[in-house]
This record gives sequence, structure tokens and C-alpha cells, in this order.
Amino acid sequence: MTTIVLSRRNLLAAGGSVVATGVSGLLLPAGAQGVAPTQSMSGGANNYRKGAAIVDRIGKGGFWMSGTVRRAGDGAPLAGQRIQIWAHTTEGQEHEPQSHGATLTDKNGAFRLEMPQIIPVFGQPHGHLAYDSGEFKTVFLRPVMRSAKDTSLEGHFVLQPA
Amino acid sequence: MRSARVALIWAALAAAICVPIAAAAASPLLAWRGPVYILAGFAGIIALGLVLVQPLLIGGYLPGLPAYRGRRVHHWIGGALVVAVVVHVAGLWFTSPPDMIDALLFTSPTPFSPFGVVAMWAIFAVALLAALRRRLGLRPRTWRIAHMSLAVIIVVGSVVHAMLVEGAMETVSKAALCALVLAAAIKVMADLRVWRRQATSRGESIAQR
Repeated sequence: MTTIVLSRRNLLAAGGSVVATGVSGLLLPAGAQGVAPTQSMSGGANNYRKGAAIVDRIGKGGFWMSGTVRRAGDGAPLAGQRIQIWAHTTEGQEHEPQSHGATLTDKNGAFRLEMPQIIPVFGQPHGHLAYDSGEFKTVFLRPVMRSAKDTSLEGHFVLQPA
Repeated sequence: MRSARVALIWAALAAAICVPIAAAAASPLLAWRGPVYILAGFAGIIALGLVLVQPLLIGGYLPGLPAYRGRRVHHWIGGALVVAVVVHVAGLWFTSPPDMIDALLFTSPTPFSPFGVVAMWAIFAVALLAALRRRLGLRPRTWRIAHMSLAVIIVVGSVVHAMLVEGAMETVSKAALCALVLAAAIKVMADLRVWRRQATSRGESIAQR
């Protein structure tokens, strides 16, 4: 089941990016082409709590959420960007404060935060990530795990100026 | 021999519904869910079980419940189905309001949500139509076509919804229950030739068989 869902998601994502690239290629003059900004995913902002604290680890850990943050257009890595992460885990439901935490990107624009194991909720094993610091446009992601047994998940951001 | 057959049919029906419930009750996921979320999930499984019972009653396939008596039970089970769906949706709303609102507005990222929501509205519609059937003065043929169309939506919607959800239900027992739901609906529609042209009075289709 999950593979069907994922392949459709991937297909949509791939199709969407092809369309986006094609459209921007047509609209923008040559040379201004580049990395398209990430759009918020539907349901991405669900159970978001603004201002989660920057932590070394959410709860007892055991699961890794990682990703990258880049700038739209030239794709340059963005250092020191605050990414908030939350999910339904073995240690709490999605809306509960202890399920939320934030981390900063390193000089390569990468981030990585340990958190408790994500548990399927509302029919899909998924996590939530947010960039919501104001300098760039807010983006909410809701990646889905290939398998509920996975012990890691990724979310990648390409941000555009607010 | 006959009593053995009777016992076998009822035991098979009980197993088809109770095994998936028992398997879900053993799911490790329940350890990380609140009581309301658990209740909502089981209300959904029970609703799926009731969707299996409905065509069996109308077809008169259950020993001791010929179609004319099964029809009365069918009405009560229909009411119970509405209650189960309301508990399912209300419990999920309580557990995570934004996710439930997304589902009801057809903006949810989960592919199974619209199937469940459409089946829910079809269940409500058929219950309302059944309650108002006399008052509306629906002709038997109109009623039959309306009910059967909604029944197809309910069965297909429920089965797709259940199969795509990754939750507390165990995969094999869930697939078996879904297969039985489909088979029962197809059989009763074929046996009663529900799509035939002429209108017939109640029970006549059973008498013909």
C-alpha cells in the first residue's frame, strides 16, 4: 500500500517540478533559471506550535530527522536557519509540546535532529517540518515514511525571500 | 447436517468480523494512542463489519433470518452503521481537529480520506432516504435505484478507505474482511437482479428465487 502511495506522491512531485521548471523557464529570461522554491505540503501545518525551543534532541531520541535548506534561484546553502520538527511519536501525540523541537542548519545548510520513533497516525507514518522565521517565506512540509519501521526521514527546503 | 451448516455460517460471519477486531486490539500502535483515538478506530472497524452484514440480511443468506425478517434487522443495523460512522469521525476530530477538517474538506494529503468521506455521506444519505421514504412517496423502483447506487458508493468507498489506511488493523484480516464485503454486495445485487427494469413490490424478488 505504502509503495503505491509513495510512487503516486513521487510521480506528482516529479510531474509538478517538471511543470514548475518548464513554466519558470518560459516566464523568466535565460540565466535567471534555477532552483525552484519548495511549496508547503497539504496538511503540513497541522498541529503546529509556533516557537518550539531549539533542542539537542527531542525526548529520548532513536529516530533521525534530517534535511537541507537552500536558497531559491542559485541553490546556495543557508546556514543558521531554524527548522521546527514535530510528529506523533512513541513519546507523545502530534499536538503535545514534548513532541516538538527545533534545530539550526550548519554551514552547509544541513540539519539533523534526533527524536523519538515516529508512529503512524491518521493512516500514514509521517513527520512535520516548518521554516517559519520571517526572513524567507514560511514553508510547511509533511514527508511520509516508506515504511513505519524506518528510523529516519528527510525534509528539504528551498526558500524564497518573504 | 442442517444444524451444522447453520452453525458454520454464523461462525464464519462472527469470525469475519471478530478476527479483524481482535487482531487490531493486539496492534502495538494502540500503546501510543489515547482512548478516544482508539475508540474512533474501532468504531471504523465495526462500521466495516456492519457493511458486510447488510447485504447478507437483505439476501436472506443468514440462517434463521429469511429476507422478510432480515429486512427489519437491516434497518436497525443501518442505524447502528450511522452511529458507528459518527463515533469514528467525531473521535478522530477530537484527536486531531486539523487533520479531520482537511479530510472533510477534501484537502487532506492522505489518499484514503476522500473515499471515507464520500462513503460517510452516502451512508447518511441512504439512512435519511430510508427514514423519509414513505413521506416522500418514493416509488419502489426509484427507491431501489437510489439505494443501490448509494450502496455501491458505500461498499467501494469503505473498502478502498480501509485498504489504504495504515493503522491498527492487521493487513491479512483486513483484506479478508474487505473481500467479503465486496463479495456479499456483488452476490446480493446479482441474486436480486437489482438493476432490472420493472418495479416489483417488496419481497417479490425473494419469492421468485
